[in-house]
Amino acid sequence: MTDACKEPIIEIADLHVAFDNVPALHGVDLSLRRGESVGMVGESGCGKSVTWLAALGLLPQRAQISGSVRLAGEELLHEPASRLDKVRGGRIAMIFQDPASALNPVQKVGDQIIEVLRLHRGMERHAARAEARRLFDQVGIPDPARRLDAYPHEFSGGQNQRIMIAMALAGRPEILIADEPTTALDVTIQAQILDLLQQIQREMGMALVLISHDLGIIGELCERVLVLYAGRVVEEAPVDRLFAQPHHPYTQGLLKALPSLETKPHRLVAIPGVVPSATDLPMGCAFAPRCAQRVERCGEWASELASIPNEGRHKAACLHVASELAPAEVVAA
Amino acid sequence: MARFVAIRLARALLTIGMVVTFAFVVLRASGDPARAMLSPETPAAAVEAFRKAWGLDAPVGVQYARYVLAIVQGDLGQSMRDGRAAITVVAERIPVTLMLTGPALALNLLLGIPAGIYAALKHGRLADRLVMAIAVAGFTVPSFVLGLVLVLAFAVELPWFPSGGAGTLRQLVLPVVTLGLGGAAVLARFTRSAMLEVLGQSYIRTASAKGVPWRGVVTGHALPNAAIPVLTIVGFMVGNLIAGTVLVESVFSWPGVGSLLVVSVVSRDLAVVQCILLVVAAAMIVTNVSVDLLYGVLDPRLRDASYPIGGA
Ligand SMILES: Nc1ncnc2c1ncn2[C@@H]1O[C@H](COP(=O)(O)OP(=O)(O)O)[C@@H](O)[C@H]1O
Ligand SMILES: [Mg+2]
Repeated sequence: MTDACKEPIIEIADLHVAFDNVPALHGVDLSLRRGESVGMVGESGCGKSVTWLAALGLLPQRAQISGSVRLAGEELLHEPASRLDKVRGGRIAMIFQDPASALNPVQKVGDQIIEVLRLHRGMERHAARAEARRLFDQVGIPDPARRLDAYPHEFSGGQNQRIMIAMALAGRPEILIADEPTTALDVTIQAQILDLLQQIQREMGMALVLISHDLGIIGELCERVLVLYAGRVVEEAPVDRLFAQPHHPYTQGLLKALPSLETKPHRLVAIPGVVPSATDLPMGCAFAPRCAQRVERCGEWASELASIPNEGRHKAACLHVASELAPAEVVAA
Repeated sequence: MARFVAIRLARALLTIGMVVTFAFVVLRASGDPARAMLSPETPAAAVEAFRKAWGLDAPVGVQYARYVLAIVQGDLGQSMRDGRAAITVVAERIPVTLMLTGPALALNLLLGIPAGIYAALKHGRLADRLVMAIAVAGFTVPSFVLGLVLVLAFAVELPWFPSGGAGTLRQLVLPVVTLGLGGAAVLARFTRSAMLEVLGQSYIRTASAKGVPWRGVVTGHALPNAAIPVLTIVGFMVGNLIAGTVLVESVFSWPGVGSLLVVSVVSRDLAVVQCILLVVAAAMIVTNVSVDLLYGVLDPRLRDASYPIGGA
């Protein structure tokens, strides 16, 4: 890899988002190198989608956003819509969870793709149609010439997600954000879509952000993982490190809940309790109330990501990591 | 498609049959046409003769059978008041009424829909609340009150427009506004909520996420989807206009079908009333069929018989 590949294509720093003064993100940091694949994992509501919707200016106006989002060094946050419209779909594309409702139901799918080609690649209608056909081919929609004129309801969920992917590829983005791209799909279709994403990411050399609540999926596709909890990144590490040595108790919990070849489904251990609501987050570490390793001080500790000693690329936001507490202090549940 | 048309036709015939029967029953049950038509001093013999001449002496069942048979043969009877064919009497009023309802429908659409879209795009802001406050006022005020207020304001106090009659463009203004404003208000409210619903959909976010400028998101993605529920209301609107025109024509002495209906009901001019009801029923049927066809144009899911969404 050359040095150019190592520099971050996007850098999110200290991103805060609040809705009606209720904070949803408490300072998220994230950086992504060109061509890198990063996973974001965490239970529903922990801020995975909001991070990227905020970065792309896609949140409703009442959302209060602060921090910084730099695309190749240039600030995106609070930029005028005219500039963001060039970035969205052109340099950063996003696909969503429920492909059936993410496509316009009254517009032919071909026209929805052609719209991107005309916006971002200035193609004439005729050339755009030919390119749309090629994109359909690339994502594996059979009989593209005919299917371009069909409507979303004439496709299955998996096919609609392929169309969403084709639409995302149409602008030749440098970054693809896939927000739970398979959550709404059958298991067999899931695997096909993930294969497609992986293959396309390699072919096109774009960076991929895969958002999921399933660590297993992320483990297969991503080089690096960010674990989010209640609007914060609580652990960040290369995938193999995270699987081998998770430091945050929340990550450990997610891994225990993961089905594998060895564990039988009934032996899965779900993390007890639920994600606290944004309106009444506990003081200190937000995970403490559900944490088997909590100590007195967790309730007043200001959560902060800290590097694991001798492991610069592995960080966790846990009092035990920060202070390397002796196990004796742990109040076992 | 053939089945769709057949069902539509059968439904239309059923509707017309019901309207015809309804007209017959109501008008016979509510008074004696001979008594209503003739002055109270008319000698009994003359009343009898009148009854015989118009077939009113036969048993009700026979009258009904004759009446239906005549309609089936295309004979809508004659006006008891001036002896001309009822259809002629009604037909000469239709263009006069259309001169009122056409512009009123245009006012409904051209004022109501843009106002609703505007309010939705300014959701929660002052402009939205203002438009909605006006709309609420617009459809809570009954049209006869509105008509009288308009006459007092713009015909009596400020003599800008005549208070009644038909023929000039200036005479058209007050009745059209009276007839069209309430519908515009209803349509504004409905369009607004349809737009808000659509703007919250996932495909709108997709359009923004692919870099479509906001204006394009609204015109290219939101409006075509919001048009589908709005179309339903436009269908109702036409029905409201027909009902409203009876009132407005009376208030403004507009010589259309509505005025004719009032006069004919009062004088129990059966054939004319029946004929008007048939015309109205036909207008409603044409409206509904047009709405159904337009649904198919606007919504590809409805063109597809296999797709499980309501529809015909
Ligand atoms: N449009 C919105 N209005 C209000 N709150 C929102 C909105 N979008 C997201 N949130 C809140 O922000 C938090 C993070 O949501 P999200 O990023 O969607 O979670 P997830 O990790 O499941 O993608 C949640 O508590 C959610 O309720
Ligand atoms: Mg989400």
